[in-house]
Amino acid sequence: MNKLAQQFMGWVDERFPATKLYKEHLSEYYAPKNFNFWYFFGSFALLVLVIQIVTGIFLVMHYKPDASLNASGIPVAFASVEYIMRDVPGGWIIRYMHSTGASAFFIVVYLHMFRGMLYGSYRKPRELIWLFGVAIFLCLMGEAFFGYLLPWGQMSGWGAQVIVNLFDAIPLIGKELSLLIRGDYVVGDATLNRFFSFHVIAIPLVLIGLVAAHIIALHEVGSNNPDGVEIKKLKDDNGIPLDGIPFHPYYTVKDIFGAAIFLLIFSAIIFFMPEGGGYFLEYNNFVPYDQLKTPPHIAPVWYFTPYYSILRATTSDFMIWLALLVASVGTLTFLTARNNIVRIAAAVVALVLIVGFFALDAKVWGVVMMGGSVMLFALLPWLDQSPVKSIRYKGTLFKTILAIWVVCFLILGYLGVQPPSPVGKVVSQICSLLYLAFFAFMPWYTRMDKTLPVPERVTFE
Amino acid sequence: MSDDKNAETGCKDCSRRSLITATAVVGGAAGIGAAVPFAMSFAPSERAKAAGAPVEADISGLKPGEKMIVEWRGKPVWILRRTPEMLASLKETDPQLADPESKRAEQPEYIKGEARAIKAEYLVCIGICTHLGCSPGDKLVAGSESGMGPSWHGGFLCPCHGSQFDLSGRVLKSMPAPDNLPIPPYKYLSDSRIMIGDDGKGA
Repeated sequence: MNKLAQQFMGWVDERFPATKLYKEHLSEYYAPKNFNFWYFFGSFALLVLVIQIVTGIFLVMHYKPDASLNASGIPVAFASVEYIMRDVPGGWIIRYMHSTGASAFFIVVYLHMFRGMLYGSYRKPRELIWLFGVAIFLCLMGEAFFGYLLPWGQMSGWGAQVIVNLFDAIPLIGKELSLLIRGDYVVGDATLNRFFSFHVIAIPLVLIGLVAAHIIALHEVGSNNPDGVEIKKLKDDNGIPLDGIPFHPYYTVKDIFGAAIFLLIFSAIIFFMPEGGGYFLEYNNFVPYDQLKTPPHIAPVWYFTPYYSILRATTSDFMIWLALLVASVGTLTFLTARNNIVRIAAAVVALVLIVGFFALDAKVWGVVMMGGSVMLFALLPWLDQSPVKSIRYKGTLFKTILAIWVVCFLILGYLGVQPPSPVGKVVSQICSLLYLAFFAFMPWYTRMDKTLPVPERVTFE
Repeated sequence: MSDDKNAETGCKDCSRRSLITATAVVGGAAGIGAAVPFAMSFAPSERAKAAGAPVEADISGLKPGEKMIVEWRGKPVWILRRTPEMLASLKETDPQLADPESKRAEQPEYIKGEARAIKAEYLVCIGICTHLGCSPGDKLVAGSESGMGPSWHGGFLCPCHGSQFDLSGRVLKSMPAPDNLPIPPYKYLSDSRIMIGDDGKGA
């Protein structure tokens, strides 16, 4: 039997590199032996992706993207979701897995990204892994946004209305662009159908491609670790990193154990609090979309709220502070850059931005700030100039600034679900500035930071 | 066959390389051309464009201080029957407004002044916030009763980002919304009937 299996694999391997792929990515992919808790979240993200795809396939079998009213005067799309919940056998659990999965996806991805920030996983030579990751994050946001319209409830409709109208703010092409996105003068049937198409096919295809690129790039350079040491520097006689262990069986077993605990928590949420207290599924979304009436309190789902707060914070009285921030970064660059081209570029960019801040509506800049605050993550590999990668060897300065940034991010997230208030506005403006400053001044404070010496090999007990 | 390097230019297979370039250029142009119908399909369909028919509203049942909502082009159009006190409040709000004379606002030419209406008693406006398109809620009563503080003169509050409007749909200063609420083209068919979306002036 064993011989037969060997013959079969030999036959396959001559035609398709099955064994080679298995070795490269699993049995002979050497990962650092000192992975900790934080390293679960990448594999959890993959697990949630599979859950979303499988549940999504089954939901599409019953869901109807149709905004017209049925015989009882309820929009067909809204009614089809209720039909899944009430009449389709097992439909309720598939739907709750999908809606809870969306929030779970963002929880694990935010933690996965934060792991990268803690241990400097975006640093050379892993810049492309990080960039693919940022692209995955953007796709996820798109996926979540398009998907949220599909149940055609009040939050679906008005959320889409607000976000699509953001594009209105872009000078010259804005009006046309938002019309092209909606496909109608209002959020309507045309919008629902195209968002359905984006949600179930266009974005998932791109997403899967990017996930593949993310993993291929990772396996090319090798994983980072909590010490931020390159394990490939020290190898044994067989060319195997001294601090590396094969991904399979060591990390497959670790990840399966982690997945079991993750699924326990995930199931508990699905069974006992599938709406997540109104955070995973907002209560207003159980009311069919009414184009004539905005609910008294609308807020995006929790995972968008930090960025939504930044959008709300950017009003005309905030522009002066933004201008000061840009002016100080511009001046710092001008004074410290070694290259004249960089100096001139910094001065020009800063001036153009500052003039723009006052020449264009604050509404435009709100949109730019919201998009920009997500895109800033992509610059991290080049903004971080610290001689060490991992937080373990970074100094108090960096640790303090990172802690402040995390607190600001959480406060922004909290304020984003609250109704607008004068105090909330000031707090969110302060937090938005600090959020931006974390990125803007990174090249300087990471150089000033007093770092500790990095060991030759990973620390492992 | 001249596989050798061209003596003058030093390139190999020169003629074939030009052909490759030409093919790439023509192929690229064809690719862009093929994308046109797909990009076009994003635009509103003929059916969506045709759906903007005017609507008629019967205002005979509207009591002073009451508001009704009519759907026109998928948007809420408000008809507010203003009381004399409400009309008087419009003067008082003037200093608090971003654009008291509605110079920037989207409104037909025949709409003028602070009442922003053909008949001052009836405000007809599109109830869509000029910030990001939510529909503001009613805070019609003046004073703290509306929960808007004692200096409130009555108006509307957008639930999404907190923009405030007076009883003529004019936006207050330093609000997220840049402009006053738009006024649609409309006309009176009789004292109790309004036609929205058609003012008989080609709008």
